[in-house]
Amino acid sequence: MNGKRSLLHDFTKGFIEENATFRMVIGMCPTLAVTTSIVNGFWMGVAVIFVLTFSNVLVSALRKVTPDQIRIPIFVILIATPVVIVELMMKAFLPDMYRILGVFVPLIVVNCIIIARSEAFAYRNPVLNSLLDGLGIGMGYTINLMVIGGIREFLGTGKIVLFSLGSFPAKPLFDPMAVMLSSPGGFITLGLLMAVLNILIKRSEARKSAGQQVCHD
Amino acid sequence: MKFISIILGGVLISNFVFIQYLGLCAFIGLSEQLETAVGMASAVIFVMTGASAVAAAFEQFILIPLNLQYLRTIAYILVIAAFVQLVEIFLKKTAPGLYKAMGIYLPLITTNCAVLGVALLNVAKSYNILYSTVNGIAGALGWSLAIIIFAGIRERWKLMQIPDVLKGFPLALISTGLMSLAFLGFSGLFQGILK
Repeated sequence: MNGKRSLLHDFTKGFIEENATFRMVIGMCPTLAVTTSIVNGFWMGVAVIFVLTFSNVLVSALRKVTPDQIRIPIFVILIATPVVIVELMMKAFLPDMYRILGVFVPLIVVNCIIIARSEAFAYRNPVLNSLLDGLGIGMGYTINLMVIGGIREFLGTGKIVLFSLGSFPAKPLFDPMAVMLSSPGGFITLGLLMAVLNILIKRSEARKSAGQQVCHD
Repeated sequence: MKFISIILGGVLISNFVFIQYLGLCAFIGLSEQLETAVGMASAVIFVMTGASAVAAAFEQFILIPLNLQYLRTIAYILVIAAFVQLVEIFLKKTAPGLYKAMGIYLPLITTNCAVLGVALLNVAKSYNILYSTVNGIAGALGWSLAIIIFAGIRERWKLMQIPDVLKGFPLALISTGLMSLAFLGFSGLFQGILK
């Protein structure tokens, strides 16, 4: 029972509790660089899910034979393997997307999220837990990328393109703000999103403590 | 002429932090104090220049003759890791105070995407060893310029009244965004002069 709940928790904690972008603030470069549309964010997220799960499983499976002093270089090599796989697969099957994501696909190898999960989780936990941890954190990250990508795409082009379903609405609703698609837009969007999230957290905390005070009375 | 355009391009027009989104973790993590920022900037200049030169040589003399370009990512990360180790040993001996101040971020240069990024971008632009080195210097100077300006701004925050919800990362990102807006202005500046 307890074991099962902890497995489930290992999977779900990546969405909110240990959300990579907003709670741990790591893996910033791709978060900003590839989020000019939902679709770009989605494919980058898929690549990260694959690499993170793969590397978590490898690190966890080899954790007992990995010498402590040189674990970081070993992690890097273990992470580089799935990254090369993703790179070659994308080049072969999604050449257009590979061109858009560009240097950020091989750069997954130095993404702090991956190495942080190896160090903080996979190196200390069994294979199954690490697999779920990788899936959970990766999916949480994908959702972040798609949300930021959606906001920037909507403000920057006036519409949202959902894969092959076409664009919604068909015509831009307003004059697109092109700056949202260039670099300043990414920084400002993420900054404001974090501020809004802080306000929400503060509100819910205030409500909780107010509720507790009522109970004390 | 090409040298000038690479240097101006790296420092101003396509600044690593503001325009290309590379090396952001260290940029935001280490810019709270001017002194630390300067230390990190010097380490990055050394590592980035060295790493792009060594990586370009590695590409030309080992990967291309052996037809192993598909192993580029793994090979480059090893070259960079070795270089970072060198800087670490050097700083530990010569500047222990600085070494301590940089703490965890120095080994993290290995995972600084700007360093691997510049090496990979050099390949994408098919620069030779000389141009790659110059591009490495230019990128590193641009990164250093960004973090030093930004650390100066952040030091002023201590004297200001900032709303609670904006403290820390949100304000850091928004001010980076505003600076990036300023750097965007360089994009058209040299177009007519440098081809």
